[in-house]
Amino acid sequence: MLEIIKQPWPWYVAGPLIGLTVPALLILGNKSFGISSSLRHVCAMCVPAKIPFFQYDWKKELWNMFFVLGIFLGGMIAVTFMANTEPVELNPSLVKELSIYGVTDFSSLVPVDLVSWKKLLTLPGFIMMVGGGFLVGFGARYAGGCTSGHAIMGLATLQWPSLVATICFMIGGFVMANWILPFILSL
Amino acid sequence: MENSKQVNFIQQREHDIRTTDSICINESQKQHKWYYNLKYLAVGLLFGVLFVKAEVISWFRIQEMFRLQSFHMYGIIGSAVLVGMISVWLIKRYRIKTISGEAIIFTDKKFNKGQIYGGLLFGLGWGLTGACPGPLFAQIGMGATVVIVTLISAVAGTWVYGRFRDQLPH
Repeated sequence: MLEIIKQPWPWYVAGPLIGLTVPALLILGNKSFGISSSLRHVCAMCVPAKIPFFQYDWKKELWNMFFVLGIFLGGMIAVTFMANTEPVELNPSLVKELSIYGVTDFSSLVPVDLVSWKKLLTLPGFIMMVGGGFLVGFGARYAGGCTSGHAIMGLATLQWPSLVATICFMIGGFVMANWILPFILSL
Repeated sequence: MENSKQVNFIQQREHDIRTTDSICINESQKQHKWYYNLKYLAVGLLFGVLFVKAEVISWFRIQEMFRLQSFHMYGIIGSAVLVGMISVWLIKRYRIKTISGEAIIFTDKKFNKGQIYGGLLFGLGWGLTGACPGPLFAQIGMGATVVIVTLISAVAGTWVYGRFRDQLPH
């Protein structure tokens, strides 16, 4: 049993369980699944600056902050008690491509050769961590949601605007990973 | 009297913002003590464990997805959507209520061009950081402390959107 828990879980176990978050939140308290809203609540709590978009009753949304705190703790628990013992299996052509840019450490889920405190002040590191984060926050709010709110909750409730958003997420990702990222990594 | 008018105004504006920006609407009218929120902490906790164990928060897995080198992420998102769809259908079909007896309400999302512009920008960020907002929290939890910088930058992005919201095409 412990062996099974320690291995990486296959998609057909993880996917359906992630899908069950949708009814779980609805049944527990009429809450729509969505994570990027938490970023808006942080703004509303900390720096509303009289901007109408951040003036609302954020106390009613505290459930969302508890939810993301849970995700943080879940990450902690998973690495402490259920860590993978085997190295991550990746497509060999990705491994080959990344090695050109000096990315050879596959021991963590984040690429430590690119994402670390030491790399933060290099140009590629700064673009990835600061620039990437900004795009994620700005884009998610502009689109009205992220992968959880649009791709999972939105598609599960058959909302066509969410389908549009999801397709655009994928287009953006394809463009970045295949054309822009190689350029950034070679800087 | 004046005060309650103002509260009503803010509530109405918030509802409008949420439908036009298609943010998830919190329909619950129930007022609970803060510790009722601990159940969401529990759901989040399971979710965070899943993220790590299924390698959803892996930058490498996201790169594989966008390079069409692995089925893993497509399988996860696809089966999650399918299970979500079936659950929502069952909730509607059998008029399932919340544990505190409230009727479960779904609100339609309105389309605006933000879903295209914002979606593309979000996609660029997703391909770059290899993480959407949920995984950011899990990555910090699993010890990649530098991701705090990415998270703060994402909050800054949200703030800048809110600041310039009226000037942006929607």
